[in-house]
Amino acid sequence: MNHLGFELEKIKIASFDFTCCEGCQLQLANRESNLPDFLALLDIRNFREISSERLDDYDIALVEGSITRSDEIKRLKSIREKAKVLVAFGACACFGGVNVLKNKFPQEETIRTVYKDKLVETMPAAKISDFVTVDYSIPGCPVSKKEVEEVVVGLVTRSLVTLPKYPVCVECKQRLNTCLFDLGEVCLGPISRAGCDAVCPSGKTPCLGCRGPADGINYASFTELVRDKGLSLEEMREKLAFYNGFEDYLSHEG
Amino acid sequence: MIYKVISKPEFRAFVDALVRANTSYGPRQVDTDRHGDPIYQFMPVSSADDIAFDYTVTTSSAKHLLMPFRGELSRFNFSDSDWKQQVNYETQPIVLIGLRPCDISAINILDEVMLKGPYPSPYYLARRKNTFIIGMDHLPLPDCFCKSMNRHTVNHGFSLFCSDIGDRYYLSINSAKAFSCLKEFQLDDPTDEDNCRLIERRKLIKHSFETNIEVSGLPVFLDIEFDSPIWQKWGEKCLSCGSCAMVCPTCYCYSVEEQFDLDLKGSTRESHLYSCNLVDFAQVAGGHNFRPRSGDRLKYRYYHHYRGFAANDNQQICVGCNRCGRTCLANINPKDVINDLRLERESCLTCVSTSPDKA
Repeated sequence: MNHLGFELEKIKIASFDFTCCEGCQLQLANRESNLPDFLALLDIRNFREISSERLDDYDIALVEGSITRSDEIKRLKSIREKAKVLVAFGACACFGGVNVLKNKFPQEETIRTVYKDKLVETMPAAKISDFVTVDYSIPGCPVSKKEVEEVVVGLVTRSLVTLPKYPVCVECKQRLNTCLFDLGEVCLGPISRAGCDAVCPSGKTPCLGCRGPADGINYASFTELVRDKGLSLEEMREKLAFYNGFEDYLSHEG
Repeated sequence: MIYKVISKPEFRAFVDALVRANTSYGPRQVDTDRHGDPIYQFMPVSSADDIAFDYTVTTSSAKHLLMPFRGELSRFNFSDSDWKQQVNYETQPIVLIGLRPCDISAINILDEVMLKGPYPSPYYLARRKNTFIIGMDHLPLPDCFCKSMNRHTVNHGFSLFCSDIGDRYYLSINSAKAFSCLKEFQLDDPTDEDNCRLIERRKLIKHSFETNIEVSGLPVFLDIEFDSPIWQKWGEKCLSCGSCAMVCPTCYCYSVEEQFDLDLKGSTRESHLYSCNLVDFAQVAGGHNFRPRSGDRLKYRYYHHYRGFAANDNQQICVGCNRCGRTCLANINPKDVINDLRLERESCLTCVSTSPDKA
């Protein structure tokens, strides 16, 4: 590819899934209107949802899902060894995601509920950075295809790629939404990372923080806000725990 | 300015005709809050029936209709080793209905900022010149403080302004376009009684303000209080969520972002309205952040609104609509912050000195 006199290379990419719904990877094959342009930037080496090729040489590995079995740790580590850049792809890989909800229950109980008497090996669900070094994170449940496109274009053109540092409120106000706190809801918008175009609050569904905390959030003031509005702190904690993105804040609270 | 009076049904017919023929925005009820009160926003309207003429206040200002939250500045098209830039200033004419005096004042301030400087914005100019504004007066809400900012009346910046004098509107017609649009409707010259009613209405509005902020001398005061602990105290409450700047009618700061097309054959440069409260507002290349503390960022927002322009341009850019105060989830509002700042200094014992000795 020639671009303004510079020779650009396709990025050698592979996509892997661990404990997840594979919905984030599916986003890669979404938005058919510009899919050919998107795929033209990629040299897909290993990605079971869209290609039968299984090649081991790749520069960038997208990793979706959380880690819940010991064999997953081994597989993740071998991907890390091969990849120049490893990207935590989606809320499960970045924070552990909804899978972490099971950690609240005794392990035997969770196995019995799902598999009855079948013997299944499992361990508490964890984010991938608990086991390997993560170079970049693209959060979300699912990831935003538009943001993935920007990241890919940034990697191909070697230009700066950043996620918004500010919270969802900015995008929510830009869409002229009614603040869900005014409607009596606990919304994590004031402390969650933007970049989703406030899709949930725009549909009157409170933000659950699938993109994790924004930079430099004011957790104390947020808690105060929930209390001040007479809303449930219990509900707030439940929402904070939903994708496990606010693990650090919840654990400090004790 | 030409003054006329129009019956309310006739005014409604005029607005209806105008709205049906043009892309128009007016106050609409979009929700009901948890206390049962209506929530309004300036939204697209296509007939007079869509417009809440008796609305109280919109949550967000009309700013984004002149300065979009995200606006294209230019397009670039690439060839093998060259590129072409395309800039498009063309814009569709719009009608804005129901703006309050403070909202129109805010647009007048944006005019100063965007058009009177050494580099006038052609994007803003195009939109502004193609905007037809119908202003409407209203009785202030308990927390409106536009009178303190001297923005409760406005005498320019609109096409047409309506004062409610009971069964009729007293019209101040400020543009030839507005006058010719009104020609097809039944207008009367104001009678003595109409004039009296207008004066009464203005008096009523003036005396209905419940919130007053002492802003005289505030620029100097802010200079003195630059290192006041007040800023960190309010900063500790601030969520740095930028909501205040988004709803503000005069916050105009924006970032410029560029994005390649996915086929790499072109790119777009956009302006994105930003807020000085956001964590990376003062972060520069290399990563250094000049204002990492939320208290510092909050302080600079107040300085921009109440000091900077007062010192440079003899006017404060806050118009006193208190949209920021109503929107702030952390209960930060100009009245409390400014009063706190004054109180802090006035209760300072070292400042209370006896009169100088005459001897």
